[in-house]
Amino acid sequence: MAETTVEPRPTALASLKLPIHIRRAQAADIPAVIALDERVTGLNKRDYWEDSFKRYAQSRRADGFFLVAEALDRKAGQPILGFIIGEVRAWEFGSAPCGWVFALSVEPELRLQGVGEALFETISAEFKKSGVRKMRTMVAHDNRLHLMFFRGSGMMAGPYIQLEKDIE
Amino acid sequence: MKLQIASQLAIYALLELAAEPDRHFSVAEIGEKYHVSSHHLAKVMNALGRAKLVRSVRGVGGGYQFVGNARRTTLLDVIEQFEDVNSGVALTGGTSPTTTEEGALRGVLDEIDNITRATLGSITIGTMLKLVERRRHVGATR
Repeated sequence: MAETTVEPRPTALASLKLPIHIRRAQAADIPAVIALDERVTGLNKRDYWEDSFKRYAQSRRADGFFLVAEALDRKAGQPILGFIIGEVRAWEFGSAPCGWVFALSVEPELRLQGVGEALFETISAEFKKSGVRKMRTMVAHDNRLHLMFFRGSGMMAGPYIQLEKDIE
Repeated sequence: MKLQIASQLAIYALLELAAEPDRHFSVAEIGEKYHVSSHHLAKVMNALGRAKLVRSVRGVGGGYQFVGNARRTTLLDVIEQFEDVNSGVALTGGTSPTTTEEGALRGVLDEIDNITRATLGSITIGTMLKLVERRRHVGATR
């Protein structure tokens, strides 16, 4: 994967005057991923993120992507700014191969400054290189932050309805 | 779903103003583009002013100016100034179903309402402007 350096939007915060660097996740990033997710969701999902690293980063699959954003001049010990995970899935629910984004998180204090956009654009480019021309995601009704972000990134409602029931 | 005329006009007016936030637009100018009377549009603009989305600028060259946050103001924020997006109430006229049949239908309508609110609540004026631009680009390249 070609690593990406992106100029962030102008911001009042001094810390993001430097470009953002997007790269594949490394094992050393996972504690920061776990910590960021726990800060945002309130849940510690260590096993889930370690397994995600094995599936989408360590395995070096051509169609799975676990990307992180960091400040270009990031010094040792400084945390990542955010991460995104996705993969190409084929024929699930009758869908032709397309890219699925199923995790995206940005450090809360650094939102609205281009980090999410940079992650999204980079994974979009990777999906395109993989040969797919459609990308999808799923967002809870009450997750206004993610809904607004993906809508603002050009995503619209797709042809599927998610259904569910309780198992009694 | 159908939107009331006032909601539609409010969204159109905000799109015009937010596309050029440094400019003032007169009611007549917006009304001419969307073929509505200045009287009708002025009521809509007053409501948007009370919602602190626009401010009126008096005098020569005055008009209305967008003062909201295009990246945070959603279609739902605008529409709820003029109407209730939820489906109709139970046949009995109350807000709670009184029969199991009404309850079952209410459940289906609630599904639709939840999707409606989530959709309208996630599309900002900023996102709408991108959609407008995309359509303009597609139209120009055809």
